[in-house]
Amino acid sequence: MTDWIDIASIDDIPQRGARVVKTRAGCVAVFRTAADEVFALDNACPHKQGPLVEGIVHGSAVTCPLHNWVISLETGLVQGNDEGQVATYPARVEGGRVLLDTTFLQARSAA
Amino acid sequence: MTQEIIVIGAGMASGRTLEHLFDAGADVNVTLFNAEPRGNYNRIMLSPVLAGDKTYEEIVTHDADWYEANGVTCRFGERVASVDRAAKTVTAENGDVLPYDKLIFGTGSNPFMIPLPGHDLDGVIAYRDLEDTELMMSMGPQNKVVVIGGGLLGLEAAAGMAARGVEVTVVHIMGHLMERQLDETAGYLLRKALVDKGITVLCQANSKEILGQDGKVCALLLDDGTELPCDLLVMAVGIRPNVALAQDAGLAVGKGIHVDDQMVTSDKDILAVGECVEHNGAIFGLVAPLYDQAKVAAQTILGDEAAFVQKELSTKLKVTGCDLFSAGDFADGEGREDIVFRDPGRGVYRRLVIEDNVVVGTVMYGDTADSNWFFGLIRDKTDIADMRDTVIFGPAYQGGAPVDPLAAVAALPRDAEICGCNGICKGTIVDAIEGGATDLTAVRAVTKASGSCGTCTGLVEQVLAVTLGDDFVLPGAQPICGCTDMTHEDVRRMIKSQELKSMAAVWQECAWKTVDGCHVCRPALNYYLIADWPLEYLDDPQSRFINERKHANIQKDGTFSVVPRMWGGITTPDELRAIADAADKYDVPTVKVTGGQRIDLLGVKGEDLPSIWADLNDAGMVSGHAYSKGLRTVKTCVGTDHCRFGTQDSTGLGIKLEKALWGSWTPHKLKLGVSGCPRNCAEATCKDIGIVCVDSGFQIGIGGAAGMDVREVERLIDVETEEETIIAIKAMTQLYRENAKYLDRIYKWMNKVGLEWIRERIADPAERATLATRFDLSQTVYQKDPWAEHAQKKAAIYRPVANLSLEAAE
Repeated sequence: MTDWIDIASIDDIPQRGARVVKTRAGCVAVFRTAADEVFALDNACPHKQGPLVEGIVHGSAVTCPLHNWVISLETGLVQGNDEGQVATYPARVEGGRVLLDTTFLQARSAA
Repeated sequence: MTQEIIVIGAGMASGRTLEHLFDAGADVNVTLFNAEPRGNYNRIMLSPVLAGDKTYEEIVTHDADWYEANGVTCRFGERVASVDRAAKTVTAENGDVLPYDKLIFGTGSNPFMIPLPGHDLDGVIAYRDLEDTELMMSMGPQNKVVVIGGGLLGLEAAAGMAARGVEVTVVHIMGHLMERQLDETAGYLLRKALVDKGITVLCQANSKEILGQDGKVCALLLDDGTELPCDLLVMAVGIRPNVALAQDAGLAVGKGIHVDDQMVTSDKDILAVGECVEHNGAIFGLVAPLYDQAKVAAQTILGDEAAFVQKELSTKLKVTGCDLFSAGDFADGEGREDIVFRDPGRGVYRRLVIEDNVVVGTVMYGDTADSNWFFGLIRDKTDIADMRDTVIFGPAYQGGAPVDPLAAVAALPRDAEICGCNGICKGTIVDAIEGGATDLTAVRAVTKASGSCGTCTGLVEQVLAVTLGDDFVLPGAQPICGCTDMTHEDVRRMIKSQELKSMAAVWQECAWKTVDGCHVCRPALNYYLIADWPLEYLDDPQSRFINERKHANIQKDGTFSVVPRMWGGITTPDELRAIADAADKYDVPTVKVTGGQRIDLLGVKGEDLPSIWADLNDAGMVSGHAYSKGLRTVKTCVGTDHCRFGTQDSTGLGIKLEKALWGSWTPHKLKLGVSGCPRNCAEATCKDIGIVCVDSGFQIGIGGAAGMDVREVERLIDVETEEETIIAIKAMTQLYRENAKYLDRIYKWMNKVGLEWIRERIADPAERATLATRFDLSQTVYQKDPWAEHAQKKAAIYRPVANLSLEAAE
């Protein structure tokens, strides 16, 4: 079962930018691309736990601010020669609002 | 039995419905109401009327003869006052009560008027009907007009009036024109075409108030204070279905009048068609679905089975001679990839969005000849796996041999012009190559081809490749990143020579291979645009590395460091107390004295940044820019104030320099030092710019470093007074930022251009003065404390956008 919860207006997140959502089990980064798509990922690079929310967003990828690892927002997979994966969560935009799936976030905190 | 049909509204959809009814020989008696004092005309042809390409008579779809021939009772210029559904009658404005068997709503839409102060002034109009069009046609070269809204309608109004010589300004709230149909690059190309037609286009512009004089509009005021004088103000920001009458009649209404697949409303005897309807949550503005609705409505009345189906839509537009096409879904998304083709020379941009080997969306600008073929690929969900490499070139390239980009260049005749700036033909270049000029630099030296604006560099290289065959080696210069083949120097030259003033302009004109760059090129482009167009280009925080976006240095644990400015390394007990208080209040774990003579608070949480800045601001301190590719510090010694060896007031000069230069962005960090005597206690001779005071004046050196490389400055120039020193250093900084590659410190740049080249410029009084003037101009924009700005206006972005820890606990 999915349980979509309204997080914020899409305009609260800059285009090619991201904002943090606090959850009981840590922070999730919610990204908005130039094409107004949203993605939710754990806010930690698999390399040295860099805060991905502070990275530069390009296409549908983000570059970690600490050591320039590039992570796909769609799959969470690290691009290029580095290896690793960041957990991703369902997110969507409806009527200008950003929605996250709380069941996933809860499963995450239970895990 | 003859059906009594009443139609409310003579628009394109209701007109088409009547045509279908009469063509089918329906036994009907029609009464047609229209609030406008005329019958059906083709509303989308108002733009050619405005532009003077057509007359009103030419766009009338149904004339008096047609109505008469079909027995339509016309009640034009009359509104319907009310509908009595129980009695099945409508009441006209004059009180006539008319019975109906079937009632058709074709009430269309109303233009949306932003309720700005002054929106009810005389001369503020929408762009909806013939009256609006006629008012716009009354404008001429002596008039100024402002159009609010950079969508299709607004741009057509603007272009139509510009064609009449009117001075037109388009004000658009979004970042690029027609943002719903076009992506950023296509929006940029469209804007460029409009600007070429003499239209002023302001994007990201917020209207604040419409100003009037004697009850008539005289100007539009933007929220940044800009005042745009105008004789007429056209608001073209959107339309809303006109549902008032339907609502009063008690029909189900949402955004529009609810209809089912048969175009029947919540009352089985009332239908609705056109822009006033809402079908499955969608409302309609393009003509194709309206015609489909008209057909279905006619069939429903005739008692035939028919259903309206929403189709995949494409938008093919010609906005004043600019060909545009968009279709499908061109947003980025899961598993989606882009294929981008740009031809800067022809102003062509083409982008395909691919998902699972199927084209799901496209945006095209400049050459839309193949748009139907691409739309077919989207509609039919064609598998493009086999033609993936060439699909972007269109149908002409499919099924044949793979395309060789060099073949086109090889096929050019000898007299084909390659370099437009210098008028150099292919033959001249080939002769030069055969005469021994076997690389780009040599060709440039011999023929001047690609030596001016540089746009044709790629073409010249292709001529080299074709002529030399296997002997051709691509030049070793490194492109900026994988998004482009151009070097930093090429791109800087393009930005200046082609006057590229936006990121999208650079991507298009320099043939970027990605949609919106990457973390390597975007910060560089943002810097180049700021440096070359300080007044025109708007800094893009999203293209900056986090330190410059959040005005603090990110640390390895994700916390930040905060360094307030201490002018020339001078502080006061009050400042120190404020710093100590802030360190206590925000639990700062480490307080360190830096090498730049100031204090670093390390380990501040991101959320606390705006508050700690506000506290430091209150104590009179501003950002030290310890995070920036820009002026960092001016280190000083105590000079003549206290030192027995000091020759000049080195502290005072350092403070003056820091006050002059702070806030400026440079290719890399910029550190200065001022020593009061050659003993050099301020270590000025290993700074990017170092000043050593002597009895006779000031020795200015550049190109020092004490990082990965350690270097001593080289003497640039000696001057006699403080004023001359400050002007020379402003000029030096400006020369560096206008010419160096992003992330080159002064010494690296100096190695490329040579100290002599720099000295010639700075030593020339006229050139020195103009450089310093350009520096001052840029400082009018960028010399401001970002901490104060963020603490006051942007504090929210430092906090989480939402907190779900409570929800998750439930």
